Amino acid sequence: MNGQSTAAVRCKSVVKTYDTGGDKVVALGGIDLEIHMGELMMLVGPSGCGKTTLISVIAGILDQDSGSCEVFGEDMLHMRSNQKLKFRARNIGFVFQAYNLLPSLNAVENVSVPLIINGVKRQTAEYRAAKVLEQVGLGARGKSLPSQLSGGQQQRVAIARALVHDPKLIVCDEPTSALDHETGHTVMELLKDVALHDDRALVIVTHDSRIFGFADRIARMDDGHIDKVVDSSDKL
Amino acid sequence: MNHIALKMLMGDRGKYLGIIMGLTFASLIMTQQPAIFVGLMSRSFSFISDLGLPDIWVMDPKVQFIDDVKPLQDTKLYRVRGVAGVKWAMPLYKGLLKARMADGTFQTCNVIGLDDATLIGGPPVMLEGKLEDLRRSDGVIVDIDGAIDKLAKPSKIKGGKPEPLKIGDTLELNDKRAIVVGIAKTTKTFQSQPVIYTTYSRAVRFAPRERKMLSFVLVKAMPGENIPLLTRRITESTGLAAYTQQEFKDLTWGYFMKNTGIPINFGISVTLGFIVGAAIAGQTFYNFTLENLRQFGVLKAMGTSNWTLLRMILLQAILVGLIGYGLGVGLTALFGYAMRNTIMAFKFPWQLLVFSGFGVTLICVFAALISIRKVIKLEPAIVFKG
Ligand SMILES: Nc1ncnc2c1ncn2[C@@H]1O[C@H](COP(=O)(O)OP(=O)(O)O)[C@@H](O)[C@H]1O
Ligand SMILES: [Mg+2]
Repeated sequence: MNGQSTAAVRCKSVVKTYDTGGDKVVALGGIDLEIHMGELMMLVGPSGCGKTTLISVIAGILDQDSGSCEVFGEDMLHMRSNQKLKFRARNIGFVFQAYNLLPSLNAVENVSVPLIINGVKRQTAEYRAAKVLEQVGLGARGKSLPSQLSGGQQQRVAIARALVHDPKLIVCDEPTSALDHETGHTVMELLKDVALHDDRALVIVTHDSRIFGFADRIARMDDGHIDKVVDSSDKL
Repeated sequence: MNHIALKMLMGDRGKYLGIIMGLTFASLIMTQQPAIFVGLMSRSFSFISDLGLPDIWVMDPKVQFIDDVKPLQDTKLYRVRGVAGVKWAMPLYKGLLKARMADGTFQTCNVIGLDDATLIGGPPVMLEGKLEDLRRSDGVIVDIDGAIDKLAKPSKIKGGKPEPLKIGDTLELNDKRAIVVGIAKTTKTFQSQPVIYTTYSRAVRFAPRERKMLSFVLVKAMPGENIPLLTRRITESTGLAAYTQQEFKDLTWGYFMKNTGIPINFGISVTLGFIVGAAIAGQTFYNFTLENLRQFGVLKAMGTSNWTLLRMILLQAILVGLIGYGLGVGLTALFGYAMRNTIMAFKFPWQLLVFSGFGVTLICVFAALISIRKVIKLEPAIVFKG
């Protein structure tokens, strides 16, 4: 990775407030953040500090009130809704704390969903999905329903789903917090080894300090602000 | 995305079956009740259908339906015969007379008197004997339902089953002797009395003496004659009401629709079936969508458009609609088949398929709409909520 690498994400003065029946909650109070290609960025901080809100804005599923948030040079805020959907479908992969697999689809079918959304034919999509399932070590469980898999296995299916359409940005919200330490470790290794490469950036929201070591850089958040961004080799 | 929509729907067995049961129920009620209704209502004019030969029925202008007999003077028959374009015109007597049974009890009968020479207007099916046997003195033909039930003779053995009336048995109609010369099959009408066919002159002799005895004049038009025009000509030259067969059926049907509680009763059943079905199916479908909201949110976050989600929900609604409709209509047909030999009225014209199909469609559209509204307003950001 060279220093001049292009920015995957460039946030400038991003503000987001929630209106809860009169009370205004400032979730993001002017965020500046850059995430580079080939980098695993962690967003850490106490509960309620705005981590989820920030990756929602980055992923384009929430509009900021002001400021700009460019992903690969484009701010989804200014896109028409169809453009935005296409952009999201093509460029972004999601991993959730609660896995969010579709319970009536088996593993292969779940993994194939992003391809189907991108207009790939079902047969091709499921073929490619099966390949990616192999990469995450679940080649033999393609026909299993989520309910037949352990938490760690479900999260691996979710990671396969985030990878299958080869997006350039993957956002993960608390991907390990529903898992025990060891399983969480396996999942992080998978993200670092399989998901991350030069042509892709990963943003991982977490407050699980045991996995901080997997990050290239860590952005510490508090009360809607980023306090500091450090290399993970630096001690926090 | 279609296969995903279908898997989502069928993945939730309980709700899937619940929705289908609701729709099946609605479709069954909305098909079966109207089928009974149509069957029942068509009985109102089955006497007219049974008597298929004449083109035109002539009667007193005040007559409102087939059983509403307002007798005419016999001379009216000749007036009708004199109208240009009439091929033939025959008298018909229709009236309720008391029959005295062998054990001395009385039974009111619907007596039909046919033109002595031609016997036009006879029963549609003869089971025993021939229509011509009416020419024998005192001859009458009795309908089978009456013969085995209301007109049956008491058993010779004490406590035994009554014996059906047979050819050769005698009856007394208004104290006048009648001999059974045939057994006929007639289509059920609203009148539950036994039907007795005889000649016009004999019917008049059976009936209590009155100044006017002629109930209807049955008219056949000359070949190529314009029948509606002929009815107008008959009315103009005789002052009587003249209806084509269809007009007289419609008049009778209309009378029963307006003056009986039948349409309201069935209307209420159908409406209730619709509402209950809509409530069950609509509610379950909506619940199903609510429970799957997170799944729809995930699809939305990953870039599925509202339009695609709408199509998915519509597809789900169409599938459950088709299955529920098919089951409901199928059960109705089975019901009709099972009831084919009973006195249950049941008619299943294709229009009923359209009717209940429309009802089920309405329910599905309603269920889909409330669900779609919810999904379209859904914020994809919910996917990150725990
Ligand atoms: N949909 C919402 N409506 C109102 N307030 C919200 C909403 N989502 C988050 N918040 C508030 O915004 C702040 C930041 O929330 P969030 O981004 O979820 O934080 P984190 O993920 O770091 O726990 C919190 O105070 C939270 O209560
Ligand atoms: Mg959070």
